Amino acid sequence: MIRSLPPAAILIIGAFLIPFLKGRLKSAYLLLLPGIAFITVVSIPEGIHWTVGFLNYDLIFGRVDRLSRLFGYMFTIVSFIGTLYALHLKNEDGQHVAAFLATGGALGATFAGDLLSFFVFLEMTTIGSTYLIWARGTEASYTAGMRYLLVHLFGGLCLLVGIVIHVHQTGSIEFGVIGLNGLASYLILIGFGINGAFPVLHAWLPDAYPEATITGTVFLAALTTKAAVYALARAFPGTEELIWIGAAMTAFPIFYAVIENDLRRVLSYSIINQVGFMVVGIGIGTPLALNGAVAHAFNNVLFKALLFMTMGAVMHQTGKSTATDLGGLYKTMPLTTLFCIIGAISISGVPFTNGFVSKSMILGASAHEGMAILSFVLLFASAGVLHHAGIKVPYFTFFSHDSGIRTKEPPLNMILAMGIAAFLCVFIGIFPGPLYSILPFPVDFVPYTGAHVLDQLQLVSFSVLAFCLLILSGIYPSEMRATNLDTDWFYRKGAKVFYRLADRLLGVKGDASVPHVVGTDREGIRGSEDRKVSS
Amino acid sequence: MGFYILLVLLIVVDLFLPKHPVFPWEGYPSFYGAYVFVACVGLVLAAKYILRKMVKRKENYYD
Repeated sequence: MIRSLPPAAILIIGAFLIPFLKGRLKSAYLLLLPGIAFITVVSIPEGIHWTVGFLNYDLIFGRVDRLSRLFGYMFTIVSFIGTLYALHLKNEDGQHVAAFLATGGALGATFAGDLLSFFVFLEMTTIGSTYLIWARGTEASYTAGMRYLLVHLFGGLCLLVGIVIHVHQTGSIEFGVIGLNGLASYLILIGFGINGAFPVLHAWLPDAYPEATITGTVFLAALTTKAAVYALARAFPGTEELIWIGAAMTAFPIFYAVIENDLRRVLSYSIINQVGFMVVGIGIGTPLALNGAVAHAFNNVLFKALLFMTMGAVMHQTGKSTATDLGGLYKTMPLTTLFCIIGAISISGVPFTNGFVSKSMILGASAHEGMAILSFVLLFASAGVLHHAGIKVPYFTFFSHDSGIRTKEPPLNMILAMGIAAFLCVFIGIFPGPLYSILPFPVDFVPYTGAHVLDQLQLVSFSVLAFCLLILSGIYPSEMRATNLDTDWFYRKGAKVFYRLADRLLGVKGDASVPHVVGTDREGIRGSEDRKVSS
Repeated sequence: MGFYILLVLLIVVDLFLPKHPVFPWEGYPSFYGAYVFVACVGLVLAAKYILRKMVKRKENYYD
């Protein structure tokens, strides 16, 4: 019976029953959906399933091979963890439904064997994600969500035009290796690139993710960019341009992350940096590099979700997420502190965490190809990750100056969700075998050699040393309330100029501001109930 | 204090551990530690004195 529906359909169709359930039954149902989807992903045999005729084409909803199954595991696991994390939301059915639509879209795109259904599923992820941004209910989230939607509609348009030209040229809608070879492929790559936050096309990510709901950001961080990584691994493996695009992605966000005050925005920049490592791996395209890229995607979803969950827990309890407002929370939130540190050392690639066992594959692959400059960039980026996501986020939240905030640990469901993610980060780090066994290519890679471990330990320790010395000497940039310009400046200012011009030339009464009054920050208010500020 | 002992230990162990460098510089003693330290300091200085000068605006810049 379970096998009768594709995993994506289980989440998407299942989501519409949520509003009709109440109490414990609803909680059980919410957790059951990703559970059933996971079992389906485990149990479908490799091959082509669920083929539906459409016009003159066959739509394939279940192309199952090692690559798609790995991403299937990833999206169903994060769906379970994210849903558990959001389980305390009692009157927010919209958020639960949107999260399942977004996850279902990512799952559908993963198992799609043809470009048309892939496109539709990817757009479904966009729609679900947009709702998760808007559901925050603030003016900032409304405008950021609108920009998110517009940017992604533009990306979707590029993708659709590319697909139509591609289908016209090849006569087939099969979603396989495309490679860079002409207009259609460039348009498709731009479509993927917007979803994957390629440099210059990336600004929607740090713009929108920090404005989403506390629980929604966990899904956002896991879905869109990783669906893009899957699509790139499927369609453009070994495309050399991706190596340099990816290298740029690993490097430039860390400069922004150092001066950014909102810690959820710091984590957003670090998503781009992490996806950069995966894009590099896909660009190199050797079995080791591709294995490393998708293994890193899998691990990244776990530790990035964990980091966003810990920052979300802090925000839920205090209503704050900026470095200037936080500090000293380890005293009242010791468990959350521990989980945040586990997430931080995982993303930093400390030995015996999952970040170590996958990132070292990508670094190893780049060295094997003899790419010296690339190795230097990736090494610099690895050190940079440690600096912002690995040290800055836990340091300014839980230690640093005491903000005076006294609160308590978040609700049990949040703690459990963070605990599961933290456990998986450490488990995969110590026992990488199970992860290696589900990678697309046979793994001939030993992460724990003396030299690997020592090099990585040096990398971590001397990065920490640099951080400590810079903090002690007062050189480390102080936390400042500010807006840091990024490439979204062009369309945010551009739109205002356009409105003014239209007003002047055509007499159109343009108003770029929010058209209606939206509610106050519901989450900030809810969080502040628990908060006691000592003087 | 323990942290500094760890740093010294890492440098000492590095001298004796057999390596299989792909690039020649990977064989230099404590190459990783040195490179990373310089890179991190450079990163922070560049972010603070160059990038922040270029992109920092008031918090309500877009409003």
